[in-house]
Amino acid sequence: MLEKNIKFVEEAFKEYYFNNFELIHVPPRTSEREFGYQKFNAGMIRHLLIKNDKELHLLLMTQIPSDVYCSNAYYSFPNLPMSEKDWKEADLIFDIDAKDLMLDCRKKHTCFKCNSCQNISIRQATCSKCGSDKFETLSVTCQNCILESKKEVKKLVEVLTEDLGIKKEEIQIYFSGNEGFHIYVTNTEYQNLDSRERADLADYIMFNGIIPETLGMSKQNNSKLSLPDKEEKGWRGRFAKEIFGSKSKRPKIIQEILSGGYSFFQARLEEMKHTIGVRIDPKVTMDVHRIFRLGGSINSKSGLTKVSCKDLEGFDPFLDACLLDDEKVEILANCPLSFELKNKKYGPYANETISIPKYAAVYMICKGLANIAR
Amino acid sequence: MLQLGIKDLAKYPFLAETGEYLRDKGFNLEQLGHPDWKPIVEKAYGRIVVATTGQIYGSDLEKLENLDSEILSFVIAIILLKSAGIPTLIRRFSLAEARRAEKYLEQDLRSKDERKLDFPLKIIQDLFSVKVTIQDDDFIIKVADYLRRAVHFHEREWKLVNRKVENGLVFLTSHETVRLIRKELDAYINSKIQSTDTPSIPETFRERVADLITLAKKFSDTFTVSTEYPPCIKHAIEVLDRGENLPHSGRFMLATYLLTKGQTIDQIAPLFKNAPDYNERVTRYQIEHIAGTSGKRIKYSCPSCDKLKSENLCFEIPECNGIINPVQFGKKRVTNA
Repeated sequence: MLEKNIKFVEEAFKEYYFNNFELIHVPPRTSEREFGYQKFNAGMIRHLLIKNDKELHLLLMTQIPSDVYCSNAYYSFPNLPMSEKDWKEADLIFDIDAKDLMLDCRKKHTCFKCNSCQNISIRQATCSKCGSDKFETLSVTCQNCILESKKEVKKLVEVLTEDLGIKKEEIQIYFSGNEGFHIYVTNTEYQNLDSRERADLADYIMFNGIIPETLGMSKQNNSKLSLPDKEEKGWRGRFAKEIFGSKSKRPKIIQEILSGGYSFFQARLEEMKHTIGVRIDPKVTMDVHRIFRLGGSINSKSGLTKVSCKDLEGFDPFLDACLLDDEKVEILANCPLSFELKNKKYGPYANETISIPKYAAVYMICKGLANIAR
Repeated sequence: MLQLGIKDLAKYPFLAETGEYLRDKGFNLEQLGHPDWKPIVEKAYGRIVVATTGQIYGSDLEKLENLDSEILSFVIAIILLKSAGIPTLIRRFSLAEARRAEKYLEQDLRSKDERKLDFPLKIIQDLFSVKVTIQDDDFIIKVADYLRRAVHFHEREWKLVNRKVENGLVFLTSHETVRLIRKELDAYINSKIQSTDTPSIPETFRERVADLITLAKKFSDTFTVSTEYPPCIKHAIEVLDRGENLPHSGRFMLATYLLTKGQTIDQIAPLFKNAPDYNERVTRYQIEHIAGTSGKRIKYSCPSCDKLKSENLCFEIPECNGIINPVQFGKKRVTNA
């Protein structure tokens, strides 16, 4: 990021933190957690011990980090190097990101920045200015992305509560501050699971690795089928609901599966990962040493805040997580995309100097779609 | 404390109660060294030989008149093994004994007599801290308890997604319940053997100890190794060749694999030069870090096939059969036994 942009964004972040101390707190069991932060154009500083809100707020004011993180794991010595920390347990965490959902809307709000000359264009081909073929992908988020991400969150909560026996009050949902949601599960019997065990749990949630035998078809004798009923619980029931739809379709679908045989059924199950499976990022869930964005902090990819979603249905990140002020700022915007913040549409802008509210200016600068004009 | 009968001890001679039983009966090693006890020493030796072939030592407890000999042959087998001091034999023996106990546990779990059912459930709970409850014909355990054990199995049917899961519980058959604790049973028996004191053994045992040492020579393994890359590594190299983006986890897999196979950082770094975000300095730094030559000096190993599957980096082919880590690909074991 350019120095002048950094100066502007850091000022905006500092102002936010100064005015919103009540929104940003250390999580419970603070002294067992590892903290970390980043500054713009710099590497990660981690293995920090922060004891209370006061220390956290002091760090925010003195360092003005671009991003702040905290471990989901609990350690005896969180500030020592990883091999000496003495890992105790970790909350379960899930990341649902609209980017991973392969939504059709994405191409409408994605553009490409040439790595050589920084030219921004809607199409990814050779750069019209310098001919380079190496690009960085830039995108904004739309309401559809959020809607689809919310659907995944609801699917996840269903699997967590119904299949894995986790109480609703042990699940906390946060908007990630950019394109999706972070879900935490605390105080459960799953706290002690290691990375490998969490990977299998993630596969369960994603409906990944299911074999036809589990749903009633055997490899040896695939002319016989005993497919599950919609009334069944867990994946068998969800599978039946998805595949049979209304009851009258059942014989027809069974016939279709029988004539397709084992490998056809297997391929069908593979496809169903994308429909009934929950599209979490398994790397996040299986990582027991991760430092994860801290609730209440700003995400430097967007300038939006990672906020708790008490009412997921009614939550609008472009309003509820857009917490920077609306003082007018002049920027040079090179943004072929349009987006919405605080119920107002912005863009597209073709290399224009414009005066817009600070939250929108920060959003575009963080996305790489504008520079401060000064 | 479990209330055990002699038949239970014959089934599960590794339980702590065996020592108590032998003391009560007045057995001691000096006595067992008498030539009259030679048949038991032979039985113990036979028990080990059967175990080394990978088979389960058969004990038809219903027909056996002398349950003492079942218990004693286990105890003497341990003394013979400890005296021979060959880890391969101990490993094979404890696994075979675990399989044998597994068979009885399964039978006991299937018992319709509720009193009899308490005993295997209590063994599982006391020794391995797994609470199993029974509902109709199902054996039910907590998801977390299941995962801790099932992740060590490589057959896909053991993946949680292939299990009936409801409200935090996994539903199993008696066979599956017992299979799930095999490794712990094996480890438990192994630890029992390891912690047994080796007294100076009677003369009548020596011949069989020498036989065990000869027997163990058969188990030296040799390997044939092919130079072919596994499909996951081939895929990663192809992605990089095409100049497409390989995720961080894929790059990590590729670097750790090639380092394990003895390639140098100079050989590996150029593979990444087509990556859209290639930076020679950063790439070299990262490979050095993975190799343990810089940074925290931790040498990272190649991720397991299971992990790669979860990360969508696995492109399994029939030749992968049985391996649990890409570095094992193409390695065939040739056993003399």
